Amino acid sequence: MAEVTKLVHKYLRHDKKFPHVWCPGCGNGIVLGAMIRAIDRLGYRKDEIVMVSGIGCSGRLPVYVDFNTLHTTHGRALTFATGIKLAKPELKVIVVMGDGDATAIGGNHFIHAARRNINLTAIIINNNIYGMTGGQYSPTTPYGMKATTAPYRNIEHAFNIAELAVTAGAVFVGRGTVYHARLLDKLVEKAFIKRGFGVVEVITHCHTQYGRRNRLGNAVAMMNWQKEHAVRVEKATEMSAEELRDKFTIGVLVDRELPVYTEQYNLVRQQARESIGR
Amino acid sequence: MARRRKKRPQLLQGNEAIVEGALVAGCRFFAGYPITPASEISEILAYRLPQVEGTFIQMEDEIASLGAVIGASLAGVKSMTATSGPGFSLMQENLGFACVAEVPCVVVNVMRGGPSTGLPTNPSQGDVMQARWGTHGDHPIIVLAPSSVQDSFDLTVKAFNFSERYRTPVIVLSDEVVAHTRETVLLPDPEEIEVLERITPSMPPEWYIPYEDTSRGVPPMGIFGDGYRYHVTGLIHDIRGFPTARADEIEPFMGRLFRKISQHFHDIQIVNQFMTEDAEILVIAYGSVARSARRAVLDARGKGVKAGLFQLVTLFPFPRRDLEPFLRQVRAVLVPEMNMGQISREVKRVNEGTTRVLTLNRIDGRMITPQEIYERLIKE
Repeated sequence: MAEVTKLVHKYLRHDKKFPHVWCPGCGNGIVLGAMIRAIDRLGYRKDEIVMVSGIGCSGRLPVYVDFNTLHTTHGRALTFATGIKLAKPELKVIVVMGDGDATAIGGNHFIHAARRNINLTAIIINNNIYGMTGGQYSPTTPYGMKATTAPYRNIEHAFNIAELAVTAGAVFVGRGTVYHARLLDKLVEKAFIKRGFGVVEVITHCHTQYGRRNRLGNAVAMMNWQKEHAVRVEKATEMSAEELRDKFTIGVLVDRELPVYTEQYNLVRQQARESIGR
Repeated sequence: MARRRKKRPQLLQGNEAIVEGALVAGCRFFAGYPITPASEISEILAYRLPQVEGTFIQMEDEIASLGAVIGASLAGVKSMTATSGPGFSLMQENLGFACVAEVPCVVVNVMRGGPSTGLPTNPSQGDVMQARWGTHGDHPIIVLAPSSVQDSFDLTVKAFNFSERYRTPVIVLSDEVVAHTRETVLLPDPEEIEVLERITPSMPPEWYIPYEDTSRGVPPMGIFGDGYRYHVTGLIHDIRGFPTARADEIEPFMGRLFRKISQHFHDIQIVNQFMTEDAEILVIAYGSVARSARRAVLDARGKGVKAGLFQLVTLFPFPRRDLEPFLRQVRAVLVPEMNMGQISREVKRVNEGTTRVLTLNRIDGRMITPQEIYERLIKE
């Protein structure tokens, strides 16, 4: 059996009604694949994984896989995940969100989860648009592009999700694309094993909603765009601002150590017990 | 402060009693956001929970607070949050999630004057209908209203028991007067208190069907990490937990959601009756107003008016069956409330013209005094 078939048999839910909701050519399957491969390589038990999502195309990701899965309200995935992690720190809690999910309606939760350094992994699938609801502009729709709610052009400026995570205090921040699948596998794995709040922003395409409206071509053309516009972080340091103008960096943006919330809280508990002489 | 609870009188405020009740009921997770007049609950639990291996966290807002509470409950820990009107509004989204995903949790709303920022330090009963209908979509909900410090303790325990037994969010609707009144209470020994736990699956994981109907209408709840891997969603789902849009799957699910509460009305609906047996005029009250009403009834009896008090402890599901016989017995009911008439509408709905329904409303941030109720009782 091919390796991928083995993983499909091992991790996909057999009692779930298929087909899935994603369009042909969608990058979400690649992201899910990267997560599954990382989970398999790292040897996590299915019972110890909790996969949490918000709303949108990315929100449907956990339903297909055989873990403890939780499909929350729009933008709130990190809050539910925070509760799970604090209640049962031995669980490996993975949160999947979209760009609108994580940085518009869930933006506040995102920066605070990063600031607290709760031991969670956040995978943010950035397709620059609200896909499921029909192609409305999101906080990462680039300036000047079109969306159903920006029929003339988008006059807002886009969030840089990975840099937002760095500034908010995430201890691990990576950015990949669905084109650079092997790099994505590595980034996801690194984020999983990182102690503290780890973020991987995955640049992907929504050819159905974003691509078509902006004449960016089909899924293959949009993945080629990723290939041509992504620059490895290491290489970017040697490039001029002019050379980097319409590029984005991929790789590990930050990997640092800060006290982890759950461990700190254990110390608080110890202090609390001592205060009452137990 | 090793509080080995002995049966001795204590001077507590309502908010403190809620904390004691929560801890005795087994609450070990609290997430909240500061708000007057509920903050004491957060402050005391921040101190107490880590002493008993529990967890307190202050979240970035009330939306996040209830999200974290639901998450912790899914991981098997009894969880609670506490807030007031503005924060309660923010919680409505996730409250609906807890209803649909059937996640036990307790939400305390210490009512203050509204709307909006309103009167942060004044009492009100303006959130009664928000507690009933605040979240979108048709859903059943359990709402309990304490009227004293003792009630605050007892009903918090009850709220946890109901939430665990019926896998539903339960709202404790306190108000600023009850929350900040200090009274001497006699808290029972923990051994004397009935504490219920949710039913968890006992079959092998491969046989577990997470949302299968049972005679009680409440399916056993798999806990994240315990080997029963299943899907939890706010979408309407089939018995396996997977999203569905099929009418033949939606109907049984929604039907069960309502039935699991409605077939247990006898357990959930709590009322306190005071001098109702021969009453000719009945005061229907709840929360701090019930205290004023009790006094007014006594005073009216002193003047020869056969008054009685029907105190609603459970506001929702509305205790219709217990009330109906009195509607036929009395010449009038008086519903005093610190709002423009939220429970009186329920009373009128149930009354269907049987007797006269009188209202006494106050929305100026002051509590309704015994005198005000007494004067109405004497007049009628």
